[in-house]
Amino acid sequence: MTRDRRLSWINGLLLPLFNVLTAFLATGIVFLLIGVDPIEATKILIYGALGYDEGLGYTLYYATNFVFTGLAVAVAFHAGLFNIGGEGQAYVGGLGIALVALYINPALSAWIVIPLAISGGLLFGALWAIIPAYLQAYRGSHIVITTIMFNFLASALMVYMLVHVLREVGNMTPESTNFPDVVWLPFVHDVFAGFGYNIAKSPLNLSILVALFFSFLVWFFLWHTRWGFAIRATGKSNDAAIYGGINPKKIIIVTMCISGALAGLVGVNELIGVQHRLFLNFNYGYGFGGIAVALMGRNHPVGILIAAFLFGILYQGGAELDFELQNVSRDIVVVMQGLVILFCGGLEYLYRPVLMRFLAPIEASE
Amino acid sequence: MDQSNIAIELIDVDKHFGAVYANDKVNLSVKTGTIHGIVGENGAGKSTLMSILYGFYQADSGRIKVFDKDFISTNSRQSIEAGIGMVHQHFMLVENFTVLENVILGSEDGALISESLDKARIELTRLAQEYGLEVELDVAVEELSVGMQQRVEILKGLYKGAKVLILDEPTGVLTPQESDELFRIFEALKKQGVTIILITHKLREIMSITDYVSVMRAGKMVAHRQTSETNPEELAELMIGRKVLLNIVRTEAKSGDPLLVANNLEIHNEQGIKRVSEVSFEARSGEILGIAGVTGNGQGTLLKALAGILPLSKGSIEILGETISPKRPLNPQELRNLGVAHVPEDRQRMGIISDFSASESALLGYQNDKEINQGVWLKRSLVKANCESIMEAFDVRPTNPDLKSSNFSGGNQQKLILAREFERDPEVLIIGQPTRGIDIGAIEFIRKRIIKMRDAGKAIILISVELEEIMSISDRIIVMCDGEITGTVDAAKADEATLGMMMANALPSDKKITEAQL
Amino acid sequence: MSDLFLTTVLTFDASVRVCIPLIFASMAGLFAERSGVVDIGLEGKLLMSAFIAASAASVFGSPWLGLIAGMFASSVLAMIHGFASITYKGNQIVSGVAINILASGLTMILTLAWFKSGGITPTLQGNERFLSITLPGVDIIDHIPILGVIYRELISGHNILVYLAFAIVPLVWWVVYRTRFGLRLRAVGENPKAVDTAGLSVEGLRYKALLIGGILCGIGGVYIATAYNAQFTKEMTAGQGFIALAALIFGKWHPYKVLAACFLFAFLQALAIRLQGVVIPGIGEIPVQLIEATPYILTVILLAGFIGKAIPPKASAQPYIKEL
Repeated sequence: MTRDRRLSWINGLLLPLFNVLTAFLATGIVFLLIGVDPIEATKILIYGALGYDEGLGYTLYYATNFVFTGLAVAVAFHAGLFNIGGEGQAYVGGLGIALVALYINPALSAWIVIPLAISGGLLFGALWAIIPAYLQAYRGSHIVITTIMFNFLASALMVYMLVHVLREVGNMTPESTNFPDVVWLPFVHDVFAGFGYNIAKSPLNLSILVALFFSFLVWFFLWHTRWGFAIRATGKSNDAAIYGGINPKKIIIVTMCISGALAGLVGVNELIGVQHRLFLNFNYGYGFGGIAVALMGRNHPVGILIAAFLFGILYQGGAELDFELQNVSRDIVVVMQGLVILFCGGLEYLYRPVLMRFLAPIEASE
Repeated sequence: MDQSNIAIELIDVDKHFGAVYANDKVNLSVKTGTIHGIVGENGAGKSTLMSILYGFYQADSGRIKVFDKDFISTNSRQSIEAGIGMVHQHFMLVENFTVLENVILGSEDGALISESLDKARIELTRLAQEYGLEVELDVAVEELSVGMQQRVEILKGLYKGAKVLILDEPTGVLTPQESDELFRIFEALKKQGVTIILITHKLREIMSITDYVSVMRAGKMVAHRQTSETNPEELAELMIGRKVLLNIVRTEAKSGDPLLVANNLEIHNEQGIKRVSEVSFEARSGEILGIAGVTGNGQGTLLKALAGILPLSKGSIEILGETISPKRPLNPQELRNLGVAHVPEDRQRMGIISDFSASESALLGYQNDKEINQGVWLKRSLVKANCESIMEAFDVRPTNPDLKSSNFSGGNQQKLILAREFERDPEVLIIGQPTRGIDIGAIEFIRKRIIKMRDAGKAIILISVELEEIMSISDRIIVMCDGEITGTVDAAKADEATLGMMMANALPSDKKITEAQL
Repeated sequence: MSDLFLTTVLTFDASVRVCIPLIFASMAGLFAERSGVVDIGLEGKLLMSAFIAASAASVFGSPWLGLIAGMFASSVLAMIHGFASITYKGNQIVSGVAINILASGLTMILTLAWFKSGGITPTLQGNERFLSITLPGVDIIDHIPILGVIYRELISGHNILVYLAFAIVPLVWWVVYRTRFGLRLRAVGENPKAVDTAGLSVEGLRYKALLIGGILCGIGGVYIATAYNAQFTKEMTAGQGFIALAALIFGKWHPYKVLAACFLFAFLQALAIRLQGVVIPGIGEIPVQLIEATPYILTVILLAGFIGKAIPPKASAQPYIKEL
């Protein structure tokens, strides 16, 4: 094997694999530290997440959210942008969905209402991303800082909307009235029941198809359209993009809109899929989780589907751990997310020097 | 000759980066209290050599002696302590620091800086008087002119006790007046026994200020001379070298109408620094117009403006019936649509995208072409097939459109870029450094292809630092120096010495051959 | 009238209390960012330190041990950040995000494992936490109108960490602008190459800066859990680390200006609490959320260069790679 070939194996496969394994290993150490047998815990986790219908349903339901935010982060990464604002974009996207759901004529067909609600999420998510994008492209302010600020602004906005505007009169909790039935996405167990198969009830709903559809769309967009080409070219080399007649400023705006729109879809699953009303913090943690999912999935939709499924397992299996063991809660997932981001992101080159030395030394004779 | 008079001695110093030899068994001996010039083209290895001396890089092998003592420097601190100071080409100054703060950085006397500042103030005042290096001590460096900033760098070195001062291309950023002032300072320093090593590619400076001169070419030290016993012609020849002239058969150019006319261009680079001024020329169909010059004299900036990457500050370009002006810029995409192809100077950073597959790199700039797009769908199989066919046409090996661009050799990357740009049948071709750093076989192939395009009636503008390349394939040659055209010659009548002198703007003004005389 | 005056004094007093973690965290960020390392992980360090401090104070019965433990925990996270972003030249922002999420998860997991209760530590009793100190002379000055109230409510009656916070700002200024370390710190964040060619270690300076940041941020977390509150609760830092980051930008990386920004942002928070449900004649009820959001809005506007310009240290977020 030539050195180039070995290098591409190291960078493309070995490094990411080692990084993910290290994150798992470190999680195992955390388990040991809190006096939990990691193997025992893994067994419970896997059983809880995949061992029975209901668990699997929950797993897929959680995974759906991670697909949306993972895709959001990944699309931005392809343009060389770090969208840390998925949390806020998901939140405001939810507002867009809720506004459609609450104010649309409930007599319309679901075939019109649901796509409109989804569009509301896409639109509001994009709107929440376009200001940081504009400021980065034309005012030179750093997108990371602005998107962080916009997460907090989203939070303030949503509290205001829920407390002062959308709250039902007489209701003490800040939440909207229930959405009309027509905008509800069917639960998967109901769909199956319609065909005569009875499966356990779970929050899993047809949002998962939306997630799969958008995964496909992102894949097609990034690798099979000229705009995707322009985005990836800009992310890889700003100079080459300019040379190729691509305007990097426009790319920043377009990419962030797409990224924000994708994050805005979390509400499709949470709001019209499961809860059927708008409430506080429905988005909690999925925006940041998306960063881990994207890093682990190597920013490719297939990788993201796998990583999201894995995080779904952890979320649901974590709940099972909560139940079975006294010493550990589902928050172990958050630890794991942190470790994945650390080892697949911040420390992504940890093993490179050692792998390079043993597997691809520079030939001195060159 | 007394050995103790040697300030710096380098014996067989080697340094490579990856597979590239920057310094190849370099020997050098610099006498104490002299001004020693080191000349060579860009990339000849001068800066690397000096960075080794300054402890910024470590040599792979070889010996270094400083004032007769063996010297190994792993860190700039050791070099400073040995009495070596360096003024880098890009100043190593903290811009929002005052002059005083910059000077004491790294050689403060205690945990608090006030004492060091007071001490430095006294010392700098003394140095200023002694060498005529006056500079305001309490202003932020960013508010000083470039010439003043350079003084701060020199003062930094002297304050830290430098006996040997290395200056890397010090006049590149100076006006002629500032340069004269700098040379006056050199003389003052020399009188006080300071040894000066001057790195430059400007022959005029070597001739006017140095005592000795060493010439580097392609990482090797090729000659040492006493300045009084050499002349610019000899140095130019040593610098550029007699390279194997590839024997490319070509017919007389049948030049036709001008397809591109540049009028009085003034262009600023990405950092907003003026790099091109008062440049006018025309490129005719069926003709190769070569633009010669040492790297960094504005050719690169000119090329980018012609390709629509940089805007014009003044002047206009008439190109294929359109006029580009400061008010009416055209972007690279619009120029491509017009029939302008661009082979960029920086192959790795602009020409291809290293992480992309060959077929995607071969798409760069043409991603919006109608035949590969069907609605929103970019037809990748067609992109691949197109790439494969142009790869075959230009003998790009391996003929694998899926291979990552960075996995091709330099020559094959360049052939891929040429294939991409040439196969769309453009009318005007703007080509930068077509054969830099690639093997001889590919060079010959590429040059033949360029000539073939000429014979097909295209207007070609060729920029190259390889004088030999310019001479062997151009029909007309423009020479640039410091952003201006210093000469225009008919390629058939050009000789290397004259061009070399023009490149250094060292030609006596009455001998300048101007457009008007042709 | 005197009612309004007392309310004003009390609002300021509340601002002071809210301000303290912001000061520690933003000074921590100041060291990191002045050295050229972006520190998104302030939030995580505050949270981790709050948790460890509350745990240690509870287990060992001493807030001082809590303080030491908190500073240590925060420093460990700072060193992880350094390892990723200085030694391994990784993405500083990604690494900072990892620190935040890791802290969020670990505090939850460890509260459960150590104290059998998800997200909280035992309540600290009496002298297990930092208590208010009554400054001498309160009784004497108390009868003086205006001044007495200000002295009693605003100046006296805080815990030791509050006074430490206000003492630390001039100290930071002095270190940054008057010492050799400060000079080198400022240099390495602006032009690491200048520092390298002056024969100094870029990496060493950045590690030192992050360590100092870790310790300072740690004190901020200790304050939150053992002085402002009397236990650790889930996500109790509630974005303070990010507000500190905003204050750091708003104060343009200068200690006194950052202090002013911290106080402004703290005041807005205190005001938001004070104005909850209050109807102002002629204006109506000001939405609390708007006041709460103001620090972020101001920072965004400043960053966009609409009012002045916040220019970060030039080398910020760039790993130092040695090349010419």
